[in-house]
Amino acid sequence: MLDKQRIQIIKKDFPILNREVNEKKLVYLDNAATTQKPIQVIEAIRKYYEYYNANVHRGVYTLAEEATAAYEESRKEIVDFINANSYEEIIFVRNATEAINLVAYAWGRKFIKEGDKIVVSQMEHHSNLIPWQILSREKKAKLEFIGITEEGKLNEEDFNKIDKKTKLVAITHVSNVLGTINRVEEITKIAHELGALVLVDGAQSVPHMPVDVKKIDCDFLAFSGHKMLGPMGIGVLFAKREILEEMPPFLTGGEMIKNVDFYESTWNDLPWKYEAGTPNVEGAIGLAEAIRYLKNIGMENIRAHEKALVKLALSKLSDIKGLVIYGPKDPEIRGGVISFNLGNIHAHDVASILDQEGVQIRAGHHCAKLVMKKFNVPAMARASFYLYNDEEDIDALYSALNVTKKVFGLD
Amino acid sequence: MNEYYYELILDHWRYPRNKGKMKDPDAYAFDSNPLCGDEVEYALKLDDNKRVIDIKFDGHGCALSQASASILSELVKGKTIEEIKNMTKEELLRELGNPNLGPTRIKCALLSYKTLKLAVYSYLGKKLQEEIY
Repeated sequence: MLDKQRIQIIKKDFPILNREVNEKKLVYLDNAATTQKPIQVIEAIRKYYEYYNANVHRGVYTLAEEATAAYEESRKEIVDFINANSYEEIIFVRNATEAINLVAYAWGRKFIKEGDKIVVSQMEHHSNLIPWQILSREKKAKLEFIGITEEGKLNEEDFNKIDKKTKLVAITHVSNVLGTINRVEEITKIAHELGALVLVDGAQSVPHMPVDVKKIDCDFLAFSGHKMLGPMGIGVLFAKREILEEMPPFLTGGEMIKNVDFYESTWNDLPWKYEAGTPNVEGAIGLAEAIRYLKNIGMENIRAHEKALVKLALSKLSDIKGLVIYGPKDPEIRGGVISFNLGNIHAHDVASILDQEGVQIRAGHHCAKLVMKKFNVPAMARASFYLYNDEEDIDALYSALNVTKKVFGLD
Repeated sequence: MNEYYYELILDHWRYPRNKGKMKDPDAYAFDSNPLCGDEVEYALKLDDNKRVIDIKFDGHGCALSQASASILSELVKGKTIEEIKNMTKEELLRELGNPNLGPTRIKCALLSYKTLKLAVYSYLGKKLQEEIY
């Protein structure tokens, strides 16, 4: 775990953590949904709007040049962060959902044919499920699932569903509900041997641990900026250059063209071929600043910190009678996410009582209805950690859960 | 503290009134809240004056949605279809003790109200014409 002094310094960077909720100290434990923003990120965005706001790639005047330089510098920050080969492989989008939809619409509609197979898992967030449902129905392709074990891991016996007919395997790196860290390197290896491409949903991994696209060797990686200290409305699609060259554009219009004639046009170079219209410049700048913040602390350190928090939380919460925790019990293969149910109390009621205690957690199906189905529950409550959480936050969660039991008269 | 989990809500959650199924109801509707998976259904038996002589609700979900469905079932027993049609959500919220609910949780509290209105409007052969949330 990061040491106490370090955490106190980190906490000071997040102005929101000073506020109170229902006259209690704010304990923010919904980091898998979105994270809070450090002052450095807020200031970077403010500086952009106060000092050099202009549209990018258009003007030749000073402001436009500065804005363009900052936007493209932000892209380079991401290249380095996930170890991509070049800026040509980094496409700015709204969020991981849009990144996956881009692949489904642009790549999928060109390369998926009748009878092909797309393999996903039962663990997927809806954002990595619905685009493939629609695509496979449209193309008469087959959608197949890697199941989940009782422990909350991928059922590796189902890996043999990846076969020669498979064109794409779309899989989450870390489950947003179970916290399971999937062995995406191995899946990529299996898929590539059989000629399938691999899309990794990195929404819950890129913010929390070192992610190296060369090491994973994935063909696509999608993630969102707001889950990693950045602003909302900015996300990233990484794709291997040779794939992006073969793919048709997704959204079309300004910026993504090279030459335009009456009836035909040609496309801009990578990555701008996939960035039609004015992009989210403040978002890119904010995300790059967030990455600098994370790199300063170190992704290995953040991972180690969350691992320690999960270990502590799993052991502390285990003595609450009636509490059922879902997902792997081994912190080595679990990200900073703990989903649970408390007796027969609905997750929303748990979250409401916790809110009265200042503890902010998520409750519901977490956009993962197939996971709810597996564990046969309508909803789960979920606490998820980040670098600014500490032991005290887990203590607050623990005592708020005991208050909940009292309110509902559970022994 | 925990102001909307006061005794009334918890009591109706533990001991729901008018819960169960009804054979051949005169009016019926089912609705759910995709956000949390709350489900509520109402079945109404009417007399010749279109007055509710029996009501059953069924469903599952959070305490707020289920207690609200139970409380509403007691509230409308004996009322006519027209009276229920003219009822306002404020009447139910008052009955619930006017809890201080945000835009998300108000949907839990008003799912029962929406479902009941759906039953009434469908009985009248009309589309629901009311902004619920």
